[in-house]
Amino acid sequence: MRLTVNGIERGIESAPLTPLLYVLREELGITSPKAGCQQGGCGACTVLVDGEARRACLLAVAAVDGAEITTVEGLGAPEALSAIQTAFHEHYAAQCGFCTSGMLIAAHAYLEHGGSGERESIQETLSGHVCRCTGYVKIIDAVAAAAGGEITSRQKWLPQTGEESPVEVPGAPA
Amino acid sequence: MTGLDVLVPSSPEEAVAAYGDGDGVTVIAGGTIVLPEITYGRLRPSKAILLKDAGLAGITRDGSRVTIGATTPVVELTELPAPIGPCAANVADSEIRAQGTVGGNLCAGIGPEAPRGDLQGALLAVGATVRTGGSGGEKTQPLEEFLADREGKLLLDVSYDEPAAGAFASLDRPHTHDYTALAVSAARAEDGTTRLAVSGVAGHAVRLPSAEAKADNPQAAGEAAAGDATFADDALASAWYRGQTLPVLVRRALTQLQEA
Ligand SMILES: Cc1cc2nc3c(=O)[nH]c(=O)nc-3n(C[C@H](O)[C@H](O)[C@H](O)COP(=O)(O)OP(=O)(O)OC[C@H]3O[C@@H](n4cnc5c(N)ncnc54)[C@H](O)[C@@H]3O)c2cc1C
Ligand code: FES
Ligand code: FES
Repeated sequence: MRLTVNGIERGIESAPLTPLLYVLREELGITSPKAGCQQGGCGACTVLVDGEARRACLLAVAAVDGAEITTVEGLGAPEALSAIQTAFHEHYAAQCGFCTSGMLIAAHAYLEHGGSGERESIQETLSGHVCRCTGYVKIIDAVAAAAGGEITSRQKWLPQTGEESPVEVPGAPA
Repeated sequence: MTGLDVLVPSSPEEAVAAYGDGDGVTVIAGGTIVLPEITYGRLRPSKAILLKDAGLAGITRDGSRVTIGATTPVVELTELPAPIGPCAANVADSEIRAQGTVGGNLCAGIGPEAPRGDLQGALLAVGATVRTGGSGGEKTQPLEEFLADREGKLLLDVSYDEPAAGAFASLDRPHTHDYTALAVSAARAEDGTTRLAVSGVAGHAVRLPSAEAKADNPQAAGEAAAGDATFADDALASAWYRGQTLPVLVRRALTQLQEA
């Protein structure tokens, strides 16, 4: 079996009914999709399969043989965040971070499918995603901002040299 | 998983051939129910059939006859008229609806904590028939008969005549991932007959014949309905609670139907 993961083609050795989640985490070492409930009920494992948000814990790898898989690493890199990643960062939409990759993937798919940005439609889209830190308001704020075009992708989110960091972080680069 | 045989048929004929008489075969459609069973070791397949490429997806219309392929994702049913559309929109969340299929919903056995297979009720109310392959060859039979005995059958499609009017009344879910404790679907056929069905009861969804006989009087029909169902008693709701709720849902569905 073969998968294209974040643009790179990979051969897959796992048994055919192994959930895609374990193939990503254990065979390929990509741990951003989280193993939460592993039965479809939390959304933490959500990845894009050929552009559609899907639960990696509910898909046998053989059912996605040949597909393009995108995890949050494929949305953007720390030095070049996508619009939705930037919005999450600016709106403090991540706390412990466990739900964040699933939320980002679902929100990214929502934006790609022309999501209107109305809070009700964002809630509907994210309704299968559980945030145990209960950061829902900030998460919805972030998606609404990205959908409204208020926030676009950002090249550098780390404080630039000479730019003051908004918070004093001991030991952080000046 | 040594000795595991996984088949990915690329046509309905190939799927039927791969299924044979179904003995020892695990069918995987959307996988939203089956995969966790495998993950948690409750199911250890020796032969599995993935239906994703079997050419069984899609909704077709021939006059007023609607045919829905077994692997059509639940989301594609959400725009259909009541009772099917609102019932489908009430299944899980948008991402699960895009992955779970009609066939998986109709074939879902009763779950450990909740009855599942919400679409069974809506499709019973429109008098659906199913087409299956498997032991004894291809068969077309009423959905009711199929639900009572699914052994050795591969579901190919489900079809029904578009009703003149339909209605759906259910208990609200506290979260999109909660199953619906009880829901009533109602439909009035073009010939004026009214069918009523309830999902969330023990085993699988059932028709409510005593309530149907009094369909002109929603209150009386609600009172008559209780004798038609055996209530599930699980983590979602007690049998007592379901019993108290059924008359209310029947009344609401029939009132909606009268106004439709
Ligand atoms: C978080 C969550 C919430 C859910 N909420 C709901 C809900 O509110 N209401 C509800 O009804 N369901 C719910 N479900 C259950 C499930 O997602 C749906 O019932 C879905 O429609 C099942 O379809 P599937 O294709 O994924 O089934 P699968 O898992 O592929 O199959 C289910 C069963 O049917 C058999 N099967 C599948 N297709 C066929 C066929 N063509 N012929 C013969 N046998 C077949 C399989 O072998 C298996 O036993 C939920 C699931 C999750 C994970
Ligand atoms: S781990 Fe997949 S939905 Fe929870
Ligand atoms: S940020 Fe902790 S679970 Fe959502």
